[in-house]
Amino acid sequence: MRGLTRDRVVSIALLVPAVVAVAVFVYGMIGWTTWVSFSKANDLSFDMSLNGLANYQSVFGNARFQLDLRNTVVFTLFFVVSSLAIGLLLANLLDRRIRAEAIFRSLFLFPLAISFIVTGVVWKWLLTPTAGINVLLGLPQQSNLWFTDPTVLKIGDSALIGIPIALFSLVIAAVWQMSGFVMALYLAALRGIPEELREAARVDGASELQLFRRIILPLLAPVTVTAIIILGHISLKIYDLQQAMTKQGPGFATDFPASYMWQTAFNDNQFAKGAAVGIVMLVLVATLIVPYLLWNRRQEAAR
Amino acid sequence: MTNGKLRVLAVGAVLTMFTLAACNQGGTATTGPGGTAGPTDAAAACASGTTKIEVQSWWTTGGEATGLQKLFEQFNKDNPTLCAYNAAIAGGAGTAAQGVIKTRTLAGTPPDTFQVHMGHELLDTYVNISAGSVLTALDTSIIDPSKFPAGVVKIISGKDGKPYTVPVNIHRANELWYNKKVFTDNNLQPPASWADFKTVADALKAKNITALAVGDNGIWAWGMVFETILIAELGVDGFNGLWTGTTKWDDPKVTDSLNQLKTVAGYVNSDHNALTWDQANQLVIDGKAGMTIMGDWANGDYVAKKFTDYGWAPAPGNAGIYQALADSFPLPAKAPNPDAVKKLLAFMASAAGQDIFNPYKGSIPARIDAGAPPSGGQQYNDYQKSAMSDWTKDTVVPSMEHGAAAAPAWKSAIEAALTTFATGGDVAATQAALVQAAKDAGF
Repeated sequence: MRGLTRDRVVSIALLVPAVVAVAVFVYGMIGWTTWVSFSKANDLSFDMSLNGLANYQSVFGNARFQLDLRNTVVFTLFFVVSSLAIGLLLANLLDRRIRAEAIFRSLFLFPLAISFIVTGVVWKWLLTPTAGINVLLGLPQQSNLWFTDPTVLKIGDSALIGIPIALFSLVIAAVWQMSGFVMALYLAALRGIPEELREAARVDGASELQLFRRIILPLLAPVTVTAIIILGHISLKIYDLQQAMTKQGPGFATDFPASYMWQTAFNDNQFAKGAAVGIVMLVLVATLIVPYLLWNRRQEAAR
Repeated sequence: MTNGKLRVLAVGAVLTMFTLAACNQGGTATTGPGGTAGPTDAAAACASGTTKIEVQSWWTTGGEATGLQKLFEQFNKDNPTLCAYNAAIAGGAGTAAQGVIKTRTLAGTPPDTFQVHMGHELLDTYVNISAGSVLTALDTSIIDPSKFPAGVVKIISGKDGKPYTVPVNIHRANELWYNKKVFTDNNLQPPASWADFKTVADALKAKNITALAVGDNGIWAWGMVFETILIAELGVDGFNGLWTGTTKWDDPKVTDSLNQLKTVAGYVNSDHNALTWDQANQLVIDGKAGMTIMGDWANGDYVAKKFTDYGWAPAPGNAGIYQALADSFPLPAKAPNPDAVKKLLAFMASAAGQDIFNPYKGSIPARIDAGAPPSGGQQYNDYQKSAMSDWTKDTVVPSMEHGAAAAPAWKSAIEAALTTFATGGDVAATQAALVQAAKDAGF
């Protein structure tokens, strides 16, 4: 009867609701969605008999979805890299023991307190070609189309591969919101680096640049990984910002799988195809998160 | 500042982020739980002992909500044992409500009746499905087809020829709105054909005035322009045939329409992608644009903005053709109170009911024998009077963009083709996409 001490009973009783909730509402729903994505449930009859890979074939063959995948890759790349770079820069500037540091810190962190919907609406106003920034800075309206610019910078001959200019408006808004958060992460990590390490490097004759590249950056690596994971999963699932700001954009330049999924499932009644898009998004996020979780576990085991 | 404090800050930042994310989700979730809060309140207004009729709509504010409320008040007064109430779900121009209604229908617990666009959005979602219709066809005790234009009866009827929904109002989609001062200053008349349109547009362009204001942040606004061109090129039978398979999408006249659309795209405001339809309307009000093509809810926008110097005409080449869309209310097979809701639907289909609702909504009655609101109630305005006169003599065609002509998935495919066309401009590829869309839709 070693297993059933009072403590154990209590802890199991406390755990059960959470385990059941996660099992049903996370893994149960993933299982259900997976089934729907292989079914014939493409109208309100909700026929759950299996349909093979037909939904996935249809979705991947869809021109809009192909563009959505392109946009996701481009957006994620620019959003994550810019947020990291700006966040790191801000953190290093603040780490110089400047005056009124607390004020600047709050200023940079403040956009995080706003939802993507608000950010989207405000940046939409700012970047509408006939208003906002163009007027404020006296920029020519016809040549600064921002998110209404249909241009796609082609890479190679494929019609599909390229960088849509309109996406950068979304990147700007998202980076504005999230770089302060990255700054906070980096700043905490920077303050965690013992002063002795820097001193030792300086004594050894390292320049400030060498110090940063060889000592500081490697020590910040775990934070960078964390930031990439958090930013990456936001980026892969982006929906609210795009809905508030640009919708599908010119020629689907700012369309993403989430909005395609929503329209397919809840507007067009193609539930199975919508579920297939959802599963594709899940796989995308999982390829980012799962290695991180494994890496994390190994780190903890090593400790 | 100590490391400890900074760690707290970083953790706090993470927590804030997740809380905010949760709040965001909470925001969108108002479609579900938040939405049900409204109905409960509305239902609470019903006296105890009455049979409550749950009417699920997306009308939460403005003239439309008031109109529905007035209609219910009269119905509840006439039927003291019944109580119809508006279980409204706000958001997304009805998309949020439609999601809830579909979910409830799937679960077998639909409301007594619900708001849905008349036509294929309704028929292809609820009636023409593999497991069989989840709606009950309406008999003549509820709706008398002889009191509605033949075009409307066709739009609301299933493959069995029976009507499945009660259209409570009619909006016109193919209308041209123009700034009178801009037109008189430049000695212009509203264009009667698309050839005229080019002449007028060139004259305006020469004066640095945007010819046609478009706000296609949602592509449907541009789709409506395309539809008016299709109507002008193909005529009534040709246009109707697009949706029944008798007109092929590879028809040369569809090619002409796409070329025409491309021409028109040269005359619209450069920021059309960033604007909504009412922001485009504002360009007309400000005299920065001469015209816009929009449904007749534009009239409500002018009235609300207290702008009077506007004129209206059928879209170029659309004279004598009334492209219609309507909100309608069907009878779910599993409605909890079928007898009560049948009475309500019959009242909604009556001239009396339609004349209470429509003056507030800014639309016109679907019935041809209505047009006399009760004294003391809201009266029809000048635009509505002119629309009612057109309604009784014009030929009715359905609106694709507003759910009457095509199934939702077909509409999405057409919109996708137009979205790409708006930037690439390749006529042949777009027409091929339109042909494929029709094929996928079963035509």
